[in-house]
Amino acid sequence: MEQFTGKVWVLGDDIDTDIIIPTDYLALKTIEDMKKYGFSPLRPELAAQIGDGDIIVAGKNFGCGSSREQAPEVVKALGIKCIIAKSFARIFFRNSINNGLLLIEQPDLYDDMKEGDSITVTLGQDVEYNGKKYPIASLPENLLEIINAGGLVKAMRSRNGLE
Amino acid sequence: MGMTIAEKIIALAAGVPEVKAGDIHTVNLDRMMSNDGTTHLTVDMYHNKLKNPRIADTKKMVFIVDHNVPSDSPKTAASQKKMREFAKEHNIDFWEGKGVCHQIMMEHYVCPGELIFGADSHTCTYGALGAFGTGVGCTDLLYGMVTGTSWVLVPETVKFNLVGKLPEGVYPRDLMLTIIGETGANGCNYQVMEFTGEGAHNLSVNDRMVLCNLAVEAGAKSAIFEADEVALEYLKARGREPKAVFSSDPDAVYAREYTFDLSRIQPVAARPDFVDDVVPAKEVSGVRIDEAFLGSCNNGRIDDLRVGAAILKGRKVSDHVRFLVVPASQEVYLQALEEGLIQTFMESGAIVMNPNCSVCWGSCQGVIGENEVLISTGTRNFKGRAGHPSSKVYLGSAATVAASAVKGEICTADML
Amino acid sequence: MGQTIIEKIISHNVGRPVKPGDIVTANVDRVMLDDIMIPFIVDKFKEMGFPKVWDPDKVVLIYDHLVPASQQDDTRHFKIGDAFVEEYGIRNIHRSDGICHQLMTEAGYVKPGDVVFGTDSHTTTYGCVGAFSTGIGYTEMAAILGTGTLWVKVPETIKVVIEGNLPDGVMSKDMILRLIGDLGADGATYRALEFTGSAVEQMTVASRMTMANMAIEAGAKCAVFTPDEKTAEYCGIELDEFQKSLVGDKDAVYLKTMTYRAEELVPVMACPSQVDKIRNVSDLAGTKIDQVFIGSCTNGRLEDLQAAAKVLEGKKVAPFVKLIVTPASRKVYEDAIACGAIRTLVEAGAIVTHPGCGLCCGRTGGILSDGERVVATNNRNFLGRMGTSRVEIYLASPATAAACAIAGEIVAAKR
Repeated sequence: MEQFTGKVWVLGDDIDTDIIIPTDYLALKTIEDMKKYGFSPLRPELAAQIGDGDIIVAGKNFGCGSSREQAPEVVKALGIKCIIAKSFARIFFRNSINNGLLLIEQPDLYDDMKEGDSITVTLGQDVEYNGKKYPIASLPENLLEIINAGGLVKAMRSRNGLE
Repeated sequence: MGMTIAEKIIALAAGVPEVKAGDIHTVNLDRMMSNDGTTHLTVDMYHNKLKNPRIADTKKMVFIVDHNVPSDSPKTAASQKKMREFAKEHNIDFWEGKGVCHQIMMEHYVCPGELIFGADSHTCTYGALGAFGTGVGCTDLLYGMVTGTSWVLVPETVKFNLVGKLPEGVYPRDLMLTIIGETGANGCNYQVMEFTGEGAHNLSVNDRMVLCNLAVEAGAKSAIFEADEVALEYLKARGREPKAVFSSDPDAVYAREYTFDLSRIQPVAARPDFVDDVVPAKEVSGVRIDEAFLGSCNNGRIDDLRVGAAILKGRKVSDHVRFLVVPASQEVYLQALEEGLIQTFMESGAIVMNPNCSVCWGSCQGVIGENEVLISTGTRNFKGRAGHPSSKVYLGSAATVAASAVKGEICTADML
Repeated sequence: MGQTIIEKIISHNVGRPVKPGDIVTANVDRVMLDDIMIPFIVDKFKEMGFPKVWDPDKVVLIYDHLVPASQQDDTRHFKIGDAFVEEYGIRNIHRSDGICHQLMTEAGYVKPGDVVFGTDSHTTTYGCVGAFSTGIGYTEMAAILGTGTLWVKVPETIKVVIEGNLPDGVMSKDMILRLIGDLGADGATYRALEFTGSAVEQMTVASRMTMANMAIEAGAKCAVFTPDEKTAEYCGIELDEFQKSLVGDKDAVYLKTMTYRAEELVPVMACPSQVDKIRNVSDLAGTKIDQVFIGSCTNGRLEDLQAAAKVLEGKKVAPFVKLIVTPASRKVYEDAIACGAIRTLVEAGAIVTHPGCGLCCGRTGGILSDGERVVATNNRNFLGRMGTSRVEIYLASPATAAACAIAGEIVAAKR
């Protein structure tokens, strides 16, 4: 079972897509250009602080709002390994899966989590924090297929005989 | 010795019987206009550079938000907020979103014989009503604001005799671009362009505004027409009285004289990136365009919209062209609405915007991108003026711009 | 067993009965691509390696977020879009005609019972004519362009019944805001909303659009209304048997049913900075404001402009307050000129802009600065959406917004 450990950034409930990447920056040419503005309305300093392999833990309805796929792409480009939240908004959820950004629903971790601490995630099993284990579910089959293919673009490329 | 109109206005403002070119005088200012391009800087200086500042006469001040309307960034919003709060605190006349500053000034403030400073280079527009208007920086404006006075170096006057009438399909804008092509972009540096002759008297106030407005593109400090019957009627219709009505004395001294036969003017265009690079519009026909702009303090008045709408009536804007139509003020907009012009533009596929400086100023509403080409009725075609540094701006009349919007490439109205 | 409307639409689409939780491959009837996303859609589409677009006539490209361009790179999106439609033979393109969601139904691209996807979250709007429509990302859009299909999970349905007559000064915006307040911003996540009841039957299609548009703000996948005679007239069609059948069955299974009496509704606002933070306007009265925005795919239609004009007739916008009006489409603008609403608004002091997303998408159209407060008729009041994160956004109906513009403070429209 795949396992990884990362440092945690804690965000609240209803982290919307305008917070993740404001509309003003959506027409920049690349995700790399955009990523320094990630989370800027809420925490302007955060994008520079996030390191490779860090994890976001948040409350309910993460990613609510717009269908902008730049949102999960920016989060991924910042180096975030996965987001663990009480719940996710649905378009953000689909967009993340399609880009291979791992999202995990967990109802209790957020209430206990302190920013800066580390957690260990064992996929399909649990998250370990402060010696306590928080159970997590596996992804549905059709989504696993997309993730296993390496995202939707790769899945389509192999469909078209290009991979 | 005789004096020109400009000299007489300065003498009156200085409280002396006579001035001559080259004199420096302290003058009482009749009015000062400041827009959202720089007012926030003036306000900052007012608060930070002066001890116990006070405005000499708040009634002389007019603040106008026109450059970025509606605002396009937190930065411009903050600048405008500063301006709004200052106007509120000091009881200064404040206009927001009602039109381009010079149009608002002409509609509501300017009177013949007045000496007016504006923190915008196209303040020379006010000469259309026989006032001396000139553009200043915000330091000069601040000084005027707190003292009610300023100093001026009395400029020489250059006389432009206009004879005859413009042919059908040729507009004051073609005339003025032709004049600038002749004098050069610095041909009238520090000087006043005085337009006179029967050709001048035959022009409406709106037409005169087109000429005076562009005077700064020939380097002029100001431009002026005599406040004749036409001007006084414009004033009367708006319930205003002249401060003084002057004409130049027969023995007034001019630095130079030009004569232009209006009947020989043809549609022209100024090529990128210089206002004085003027050629017959047909010479640049065929240049593919991405955007066309009908508007600005130079050419966004009802006459211009009428010309544009007449061409667009029953036609469609080319698929690959964004045709921006921007009335110079709400008054112009409402008149155009009354006459059905706005409807014509909407039906043709144009983008009709709220009155503002738009792409003429290049900072927000309708900027153009990399390597794009714009044909414009705006005031300037400097490099990068309308957006990306690699973009190109051609200047032409309302007719040329509207026809080009339909064709998708530069052409004159008779080529449609 | 009976079915909800959304279950009927998806069943019809896939050719077999479906139930909530089923994962099915839907055949797409129409897609909407917008100007913000087009460069990314094209990139992904090319990367996926499709030789052609599955059905160019089912594709609609609309420029709205970036019209007029406010930044130097904005027009790059138009160039990319123009080249894409040229290369793949797409004929449905709107370059300056208004907001995508307004145009999709107004220009006849969406019909009752259709399955439609768009690269914008407010694609839920088309439920106003009884279509299943929802927002997706650009990668999925690229995949649809190649395949004409997309997998969907059949959602459970929440039934919302509204009976009676809306009081004067209360608009469908007040209704949907109240519902979002009751559901919470995630209260309908993954679910469909189905609206019914006599108040809904009396509503114009435009009023229904407002409600379907904002369903996403409760997290819903879609929202749907039964197509009726008004729908048929609006769409310029005769309803066929399938379309007529789009009524929730009596024995259909709903996750829950919420019932409202229209007479009990009052003008409300969503307070900064959450759409579900709903208060009665009367509780907020007296709060000073700097700007009012009337427009967006939520509330920029003719009836919205008329409601505002009715309140503003013969009145003036308060000194130092800006009223910005952005019609939802070229047609709305033209119709509003024809009925005199534009004249009334401008005479009252409004700044009427060209149709487009305007301030709602936060790129231009009246951006605000620290400490400023705006009453707006659009769909979101998220932190930083209209300027800095210290701008306070209150969402309201057009009637309420117009009344606030006159007063310079929050106030309900007089009955």
